[in-house]
Amino acid sequence: MTLNLALNAIISGLLLAGVYAIASLGLTITFGLLQIPNVAHPTFIVLGAYCAQLLNSFGLDPIIAGLLFTPLFYLGGVLLYQIYFQTFERRGCSDTLQSFTFFFGVALVLQVSLILVAGVDLTSVNAPYIGKSLRIGPATMPYRLVIPFVIGMTVGLGMWLMLMRTRAGLALRAVAHDANALRICGLSPTRAKANGFGLAMATASLAGAALIVVSPVDPFSGTQYIGRTFAIVVLAGMGSVPGTLVAALAIGVVESLVITFVGATWAPGVAFAALLGTLAIRPSGLFGIAR
Amino acid sequence: MKTRHFVAAAIAVLALGAVAPRVVGNGYVFYAGFIALQYVVIATAWNILGGYAGFVNFGSGAFVGVGVYAAVFLFNALQAPLWAQILGAACVGGLLGLGMGYLTLRIQGVYFSIGTLALTTVVSTFIVNWSFVGAARGATVMAPHPQIWFPNVVSYVFFAMLTMAVLSVAIARWIERSWIGRGLAAIRADGNAAECAGVPTLRLKLLAATISGALLATAGAPYPYYASYVEPDSAFSINYALNALAMPLIGGTRNWTGPVIGALLLSGVEQAATVTIPSEINLLIVGLVLIGFVVLAPEGLLGLAGQAVAWGRPR
Amino acid sequence: MRPITRRTFGKLAAAASVTAAAPIRLAKSAEGPIRIGFSIAQTGNIASGGKAGLAALELWRGDVNAAGGLVGRQVEFVVYDDQSQASNVPGIYAKLMDIDKVDLLLLPYGTNLTAVVMPMVVQRNRFVIGQFEIGQNDKFGFDKFFEVAPWGPKPGANWCRGYFDLAKRQGYKTLVVVNSDAEFSANAASAGAKIAEEYGMKVLSVQHYPPNTVDFSGILRTVNAAAPDYVFVASYPAESAALIRGISEIGIADSVQMFGGAMVGVQYAQQLASLGSALNGVTNYDTYVAAPTMNFPGVGEFLERYQKGAERDKVDALGHFLPPFFYAGGQLIAAAVKAAGTVDEDKMAKWLHANATDTIVGPIKFGPDGNWVESRIIWDQYRDVADNNLDQFRKPGKQVILQPEALQTWKLAAPYSKARN
Repeated sequence: MTLNLALNAIISGLLLAGVYAIASLGLTITFGLLQIPNVAHPTFIVLGAYCAQLLNSFGLDPIIAGLLFTPLFYLGGVLLYQIYFQTFERRGCSDTLQSFTFFFGVALVLQVSLILVAGVDLTSVNAPYIGKSLRIGPATMPYRLVIPFVIGMTVGLGMWLMLMRTRAGLALRAVAHDANALRICGLSPTRAKANGFGLAMATASLAGAALIVVSPVDPFSGTQYIGRTFAIVVLAGMGSVPGTLVAALAIGVVESLVITFVGATWAPGVAFAALLGTLAIRPSGLFGIAR
Repeated sequence: MKTRHFVAAAIAVLALGAVAPRVVGNGYVFYAGFIALQYVVIATAWNILGGYAGFVNFGSGAFVGVGVYAAVFLFNALQAPLWAQILGAACVGGLLGLGMGYLTLRIQGVYFSIGTLALTTVVSTFIVNWSFVGAARGATVMAPHPQIWFPNVVSYVFFAMLTMAVLSVAIARWIERSWIGRGLAAIRADGNAAECAGVPTLRLKLLAATISGALLATAGAPYPYYASYVEPDSAFSINYALNALAMPLIGGTRNWTGPVIGALLLSGVEQAATVTIPSEINLLIVGLVLIGFVVLAPEGLLGLAGQAVAWGRPR
Repeated sequence: MRPITRRTFGKLAAAASVTAAAPIRLAKSAEGPIRIGFSIAQTGNIASGGKAGLAALELWRGDVNAAGGLVGRQVEFVVYDDQSQASNVPGIYAKLMDIDKVDLLLLPYGTNLTAVVMPMVVQRNRFVIGQFEIGQNDKFGFDKFFEVAPWGPKPGANWCRGYFDLAKRQGYKTLVVVNSDAEFSANAASAGAKIAEEYGMKVLSVQHYPPNTVDFSGILRTVNAAAPDYVFVASYPAESAALIRGISEIGIADSVQMFGGAMVGVQYAQQLASLGSALNGVTNYDTYVAAPTMNFPGVGEFLERYQKGAERDKVDALGHFLPPFFYAGGQLIAAAVKAAGTVDEDKMAKWLHANATDTIVGPIKFGPDGNWVESRIIWDQYRDVADNNLDQFRKPGKQVILQPEALQTWKLAAPYSKARN
């Protein structure tokens, strides 16, 4: 009996981790690689959720809708980075306080705009697979968790391939390491960073679609994910995509086990404990390079 | 501002605050004033770590909430008077600041900030499971009627908060002018260089975190008397974190006057907005103001004023 | 606002002179409009309820003013947005009383925000209308307090008693409590557990979870493992939806005869439409459903008008849960003012305690603690609900009333697993 409970808890945790992973992947780039503290990322994910819902109301599948919005989000990300660059990095004061606050302000303005446009009520999507589950042996897996999990892993894989195999990815990893060296090689660090930021925003669109498939969303949903996503990025080791996936899975599973066996009320503490534990024991994270 | 001028001003302010309850009949002044003063304490406390040392605390709500519940606990358990509640809150807040600092500031400042992002959720989870202070159901605290001088509870807590405001500003000013402040400024400029120059960086960071945490908690301690009912949502409200960030930024982070100006200005505007613009627009305004200041006036109003003065000076 | 015509001006002048002759309290204006002051959540967590309630109040104000006002005076609102933040409320009400000097007060929406202002209004002895707070007058026993929600007497401990009465009638013996760690749910859960014990039932376990939990598989499996007779759930909107979806996915043990209770959010239009057939079999609380026993005069027509404006104002499309009762609150004030002949808070309070008022949610009679003399919280079960169809709820048949017996329209379909299909 307990084994059945444990097995299902682990599986639920793994599946939910798919959502955590895709939410954190964007931050892996912006915060992990580019060192830009984009605390507005979860709010952009909520924006992605609303965009997916918009197309879904015309009958389109939410995941497809999320996919369709990615180019828009990419452009938005590039634009946002340009503003950030002109304001902070150019002036040489990418002072943590100022840049944190800038994104905090962006998050707030975005959240209020969502409220003004869409109201404060929960929004959800309709899809034929929501409400049904996949049963394999003793395990029951709701489709609304399976699909985001698949997407999360796919995006993660795609991103890792991009970083490792493409020139753009190489430039991104290089600029994270040493921007001046990149300049000497004749590449523009600003272009590389803007590209990275745009990609991160693009993942936000998909993450939003995944989020609203899992559960209804309202403009305040972003705040619940801030702690988790940053904890995952830190646990992963800044800038490591495989690390992000592993960290998300770890946190998802531990949360699920805690909910089932200790008490659901302690679940929010898991991510936080992971964060503090990482900093206390191994600050460079699971897969990170010691800085 | 010379020290004796400051002390004189502080005494004058306290005297005014003590006399006002007997003279001013309009209760609204004390209600609105309490909130404004609470933010003065919060902004000043935040700035000790954020402005002087450069470590951003996103979880001010956790510290204020801890102060609120420390007060509730002491009231429920020992019928403690207000000053004891404030003291107890300061101890708990200081410990929380020290703990967070010890775990994260040893590595890199940005991790402290990230840690504070999650701190509020975690601390409120503890409170939500503690039924002695009401847990999720909330706790009612009926303040005893003031024995002497004050005609009602709200003017009494108003004066308590005024005292805390003056005290926290005095502490901030003292830190800024002392060797501690200079050390923190060095850390803010370049932590490694400061360490090499012999500044005891870890000890100073922990000191700043402890004092900041303690003062933030004292801002929360009088709240149960003020509202007579607390529950985790309002005690750990995101508004505390938001305003703690915005107010010093708007006023200016380098000097003790910045947070005071920012707090009075922003809470004044928010109060006016709450009571005259009945919509979400006031939140939007706060966000836009925040972005505007960060982009256009990174040194806050004080910075703008400084620039204006420098520009006006003959070359 | 329409410009004042000469006829209206004449009426106002006449009313003003008559009122001026009557004894007046120095602090209030005896002529000019009646100003009703309050704060309501237009932004923040509970804004969806607050805005729906405000829309209903505005409808009432329009109706009253079109009919010539109260005792000849037009009604004005002085309303502030408390942003769902309890800390804003004391200051707002101090302003309403000391600076705006309004004639009458309504309490904010919800318990959290009312709790922080009760001591003030009690101390200043002001007539107030409670708007969906629970039990805040229990400790004061204030005689000028009147709550519009149909909780019934001693609501803190008793508002959800109907669910357990139903369980008792059916002969159930064991239960599991599932609740969110937030004020309303935690209170409902602890009150419910006490009532169950009072009835000699056994609470097998209490599963409580942090707010905004999205995945209930773990909790549901634990519930199934315990195999109770019924489940009492106290959840908030997002969780209610996730829980019900979770049941579709994981399934529920056959031993569970009844499922539901104090799930908030299921009453809202958006959830009703999107959850659709997944709601079948759930037994939950409501304040108003379209059933033949609830066809009070005026309510159908009010709902039609409310629903027309709902799309534009971005508030709850159906408007069953809160709006009719907010409107009724306005009717209470109107009746009291009319009976007292003027805005005299003592007279109004005495009259309301002594008389039943006819409103669009039926006749309301108050007990000494300011709550309805008897609870009229509806416990209904969802039947044959189709997906994505909001209209089906406007007509009777989909939400059959099980409790209170006086309003009952059907019997409980059990066990829950069968009733789901």
